[in-house]
This record gives sequence, C-alpha cells and structure tokens, in this order.
Amino acid sequence: MIIEIGHFALVLALMLAATQLIVPALGAHRRDAGLMAVAPPAAVTQFVAIGVAFGVLTYAYVTSDFSVENVWANSHSAKPLIYKISGVWGNHEGSMLLWVLILALFGAAVGVFGSGLPLSFRARVLSVQAALSVAFLLFILLTSNPFMRLVPPAPEGQGLNPILQDPALAFHPPFLYAGYVGFSMAFSFAVAALWEGRIDAAWARWVRPWTLFAWAALTVGIAMGSWWAYYTLGWGGWWFWDPVENASFMPWLAGTALLHSAVVMEKREALKIWTLLLAILTFSLSLMGTFLVRSGVLTSVHAFAVDPRRGIAILAILGVFIGGSLALYAWRAGDLKAGGLFQPISREGALVLNNVLLTTAAATVLIGTLYPLGLEALNGAKISVGAPYFDRTFVPLMIPLLVAMPVGALLSWKRGDLRAALQRLVAAAIAALVFGALAVALVRRGPWLAPLALMLGGWVVFGALTEWGARIKAFSSSFDESARRARNLPRSAHGAMLAHVGVGLVVIGITGATAWNSETVSTITPGETVSIAGYGLTFRGAAPRRGPNYQETVGRFDVTRGLRPVTTLEPTKRIFTAPRQATTQAAIYNALAGDLYVVLGDALDGGGYVVRAYFHPLVRLIWIGALVMGLGGLLSMSDRRLRVGAARRARTGADAPLPAE
Amino acid sequence: MTRKQSRATLIGGAIAGLSVALLLVLFALRSGVDYFYTPTRVVKHEVGPGINFRLGGLVAAGSVKRGQGTTVSFDVTDTAATVPVVYDGILPELFREGQGIITVGKLEADGRFRATTVLAKHDENYMPPEVAKALKEQGVWQGNTKPGVKQ
Repeated sequence: MIIEIGHFALVLALMLAATQLIVPALGAHRRDAGLMAVAPPAAVTQFVAIGVAFGVLTYAYVTSDFSVENVWANSHSAKPLIYKISGVWGNHEGSMLLWVLILALFGAAVGVFGSGLPLSFRARVLSVQAALSVAFLLFILLTSNPFMRLVPPAPEGQGLNPILQDPALAFHPPFLYAGYVGFSMAFSFAVAALWEGRIDAAWARWVRPWTLFAWAALTVGIAMGSWWAYYTLGWGGWWFWDPVENASFMPWLAGTALLHSAVVMEKREALKIWTLLLAILTFSLSLMGTFLVRSGVLTSVHAFAVDPRRGIAILAILGVFIGGSLALYAWRAGDLKAGGLFQPISREGALVLNNVLLTTAAATVLIGTLYPLGLEALNGAKISVGAPYFDRTFVPLMIPLLVAMPVGALLSWKRGDLRAALQRLVAAAIAALVFGALAVALVRRGPWLAPLALMLGGWVVFGALTEWGARIKAFSSSFDESARRARNLPRSAHGAMLAHVGVGLVVIGITGATAWNSETVSTITPGETVSIAGYGLTFRGAAPRRGPNYQETVGRFDVTRGLRPVTTLEPTKRIFTAPRQATTQAAIYNALAGDLYVVLGDALDGGGYVVRAYFHPLVRLIWIGALVMGLGGLLSMSDRRLRVGAARRARTGADAPLPAE
Repeated sequence: MTRKQSRATLIGGAIAGLSVALLLVLFALRSGVDYFYTPTRVVKHEVGPGINFRLGGLVAAGSVKRGQGTTVSFDVTDTAATVPVVYDGILPELFREGQGIITVGKLEADGRFRATTVLAKHDENYMPPEVAKALKEQGVWQGNTKPGVKQ
C-alpha cells in the first residue's frame, strides 16, 4: 500500500509539473497576475510530492521490501543501514528519482525565496523548470519506474554492487546531482530571460548564488569520486580521464566559466549574450553527462546500469532541451542590447581570457570523450582516448590560465594597467620561485618540468593571497585596521581568494603526485621487507576475517622509517556474499609529505603474496584543494548582495537594477 | 579604442586561441589514442610490434602461468585465434580463466603481447562491451547477460 502511495505521488508530481509548465506561461503571456501566481505553490507542492515518492522508496529500502523489483535488484537484508539508504540512488531508477527531487527542490526554492524577482520573470523561470520536471518524470514513469512490484515477492535481494558500498561513494551521487541539476537554474533563468527579451545586471545577481551552489557541490562531488577511485580501485590513480569522469568535468569547466562571466555581467553589464549562451551550454553538458553515464554508449571502466532504450529516451530529452534552447537563443539573442565597453587589458579582458580558455578546454574534453563514438560510427574502428590525448590538449590550455589568474584579478575594470598589476605581484613571483627552488633542493630528482609546475601552483596561491592582502591592507596598516577591513570586505572577495588558493593547491598536489610518484610491485613472504621512498614494509602474514556481508583477507604490514616503527597497515581483499564480487581495500598511511599506499594482490603458493606499494607525494592536496575551492564557492554564495531578494531591497539604492516590467 | 576595435581584438584573440587548441587536438588525436584489436585481427598482422593498443578477449582455459616474481603469462582468445600475453604486476580481482578482459600494451617481435595494464570488471557477470561485440561477431557469444547490465 505504502509503495502505491509513492507511485501515486510521482504521478501527482507529473500533473503538478504540467500545471506549473502551462499556467504560469499563459499568465506571463497574458500578463495575468493570478495565473502567474500559480507557479510558486505548484513548485512547492511538486517538490513535496516527489519528496513523498522518494521517502517511500527509501522506506522500502530500509525495510528491505523485496516485493519491489528495484529493491530486490539492488539491496540485500544483510547490508548495513547506511548502504541500504545509499542504495536508493545507487541504481538507475533511484538515481533518476534523486535527480528530479533535486530539480524540484531548486524549483521550490525559487518559489519560496524568489519574491524579489519580477512576477512575470519568476513565472517564466518556474515554467521552464517545470518543463524539465515533466520530461524527467515522464522518463521515470515510462522507462525506469522504481515502484514496479515483483510478483511473487522474493525472499532475499540481490545486493548492491559491492564497489558502491563505500562511504565516499554513498554521498558522491547526491553532490554530483546537486551540481548537475543546480545548473538547471542558470538554464531556466537564461531561457526565461530570452523569452522575456530583456536582461540586465540584476539577472546575473539572481543567477550567481544558484550557480555558485551548483559549482561548489559539483566540485566536492567530483573530488569525492576521485578520492573513492583512488582508494578503492587499488590502482593508486586519482583521475583516469574516463568518459564517466569527463561527463562530470565538462559541466564543471563550463560552470567555472559561467561563474566568471556572470561577475562581468553583474559589475559591468558586459558579456550579457555570451553569459546566456554559457548558462545554456553548462546545463546542456550536465544533461549530456547524465546521458553518457546512463546510456552506456561509451566504454567505461565504471559504467553502471545501462540500457539502450533509456539512452534513446534521454537522447530525445537532450535534443529537445539543448536544441530548443539554442534555437531560442539564435532567435532572440540578437534583440538583446549589447553591454559596456572595455579595453582588452582590463579585468573584463582577463575574464574573457578565462572564459575562452575554460570553454576551449571543455571542448577538447568533449572531443576526446565523443571521438571514439564518432569514429566507430564512421568506420567501425574501436579506439580509446586516454591520458596522452588529454595531457597534450587540456594541460597546455591550463598553463596560460594559471599564469594569467593572479594578474587578471589585480587589473581594474574597464581599463587596466598591466605594468602596475605585475609590480604588485613581484613578491608573489619571488615566493613562487623560492617555493620551486626549495622543491629542487629537497627532491633533486624527477622531471625538470615538475619544479616549474610547482612554481605555477605557488604563483596562483601567492597571487590570490596578494590580491586579498592588498584589499585588507595586510602589509601597510596595523593588524586592527586589517582585521576591520577584512570584516568589511564582501564575502565574495574572501570566497574568490579561497577558491583561487584551492586551484593552486590542486596544481601543487597534481604535480607532486605525478612527478615524484614511486611504485614497486613484488612478491613477498611473511617476514620479508619491501622498501619504498624511505619506508620499510615488513609483511607479517595474512589472515581471514568476517565482515557484515563479506569475507576478507587482511594482510599485515609493519611500517618503519629507518629503525623507527611508524604504523601498521592492513590492506584487504574482500569477497562479498551478495552479489559475489571482490573488491580491494588499499591501506593508506598519511605522512606529511604524501601517502604510503599498499595493495594486497594475489596469493602465491607457499604463503606468499603479490604486493604493490606506492608513495604518492602531496596527493592529498588535490582533494584538500578541491574542498577549499568548494568552501570558497559557498562563502561567495553567502554574500549578502547575492541573496535572492536582494534586488528588491537594492532598488531604492543609487545603482538599482532596472525593474523588468 | 572604439567598440569595433576592441571587439575585433577580442574576436581575433579568441580565434587565435581556438586555432591553437584545434591544432593541439588534431596533433593529440593522431598519436594519443589506442585502437582496440581482437586476437583474430592481431594474428592476421593488422597491427605491428611497438604500437600501443588494446587487446580484448577471454582468458584461455589452462593458460595462466606464474613466472618469476610478479610476472604472469596467459593467453587471450576470441575462440578463433589466440594471442599469448605477458604481464608484470598485480592482476585485477576476479581475473580468472574464461573471464572477459581488456589488456593495454604492445606486441613484441616474437609475437607475444606485453601488457602494461590488465582491466577486468569487479563483477562476475561483466563482459567488456568490445569483447562482447567481438565474440558476437565470431558467433560464439553465449552469455545470458547483456554487456554491462546487471542481472
């Protein structure tokens, strides 16, 4: 009975979404405030209905109701509670339900907090948002219904794919989806603006908090996925340029460009038309990401549930929304008034450079991801585009971006003084040089490019701090004065500094982990020692152990540095009972300079094991940097100028944005 | 600068940037990609030694032999032809005879394939899509599972 309530709630949500699509649009067209006022309550009730459906599915998972096909196929009664809950979105049907839940949540948020938006604009935004809801709810109900009953009910479930039974991966999809779907707000706002035929700086102010939120969530989500791949796949890698990874990385790149162009639009009313296009492209890439992951058209080391029929349905949704919005853009963008003037050497110019490089980078990733598909369609050749391609295309595009980053942030709007900006960065440049020289002195091996890459990372970090330090006069006034200035600085300034520092940390981490990585594979019997990067790993044998729903073999290694004992590492190989699958759990010791990473391989005759050990210098900075970037995004989002209702309050001020009507 | 001039500078800069990127892409696509070959095509000498490619198929029954230290040798077959593979490293979990796998590496002069990577899914029922397709073309596909679909 409860399951049917969930199913019914989902159908109800579809009806509400259809209402929210049609009535406010009609109201906006006829300038009928009554019809337009339908949008917010419809958005809120739609969210509640989908919330009920999601709650019911979660209930079915928690109580292990194997009369539901989806629960039977993806859960097991012996699974720990947290993985019963994460199992809800650990499969295709449930993850699509999570997708629309988040979509509806954003719609409801506009309904509740969007009272500062012009009435007709809000009606149009919610109408576009509802169109997305209708498409995906139809998709769920027709091709991937999680509420299908299994007759007769099964006594036991088939279990969740064991590699998904992991804390980082349990929360990876919600973050990723919050990012993907969060960009739907930028999309809806862009389409609504084109539809209404007017756009101004206030538009950018309304879109920025949503974009910042989506971007921060996506950043953290991607980092979680990378962290998961690092410690569970047992390969010691943190990024594989796998199509599924690229699928999340492309919207991130486009979204990063969008954040920056929205700043130009908000401050200077320039780049309006471009920003609209970016908003559409970013969400289109998010949709395409969903399609790539869900359809299985691409060979991937971690392609999950795939079904060509669903792929075609998602492709159709993709076609309608991407094609439709781009057509609308082509038709209406020419009518929009062009924005402010600026010199090439200016903050705007620097942000244009940022946008060109980021979107080009997104395009190279797109080409690398789709090229195998295209080539196979053309001549049947099966290829895989791997790291070498991306190293040669993506990396060269990032270098000028990183070099220009601190400089651009110090240029003034409209007309900048390059020489003055560079003079202010002398200290940062010296600090970066010292940083690189220290690395050379300490390590004395590895590729000659590595110290240069470290300097680049240091340049970004010190450059971000220079700009921030200059704004609070950290070096030219008393501590109290600086603290007062720091308090008065808008939160978005702190956020931008943090996000840029995060980028620099990621660059440093990537450099360390790529250039100075050491690896050894050996066979080892109990009592023998492997040495790597100054550590000794003495094998103490392996023993079986039982977990809640798996059996594991635990290897024990005593780690020493010189004569001093450091720690004991226990890498394991797990065999899950339902479904029968094996996973590798690497053991990682987190030293200050990097990670000591040990994987237990195959057992050999006579009690020996194949063992792989790595030392990954600085690798943690990759995820720490990503987290810092995410925090920066959230801090910017909390800036009071960006609150959704801020436009209305600001209207009395001198720089009030134009009311849309 | 006038509006026209500054726009021209911007557009010129963007076009220059895009051209450089396009060159990078074309250059990288010439050499940065790996082709997939089945054992049948390798045996027909469609690919020479020293070129990196992906070899996919089933691990032939009775062919897995451990050598010195961590080296392993095994045969990859699509039932019509067989290619001997040598690999030095840790095999993936559930690597066993009869399993569909993909290996990345190069052919040596003596016709053996020296693998640098061996990929197998962490799933008993999984068959890499290329391998499944190649087996279907050989007419020996008998899996009851669709590639990648969890049953």
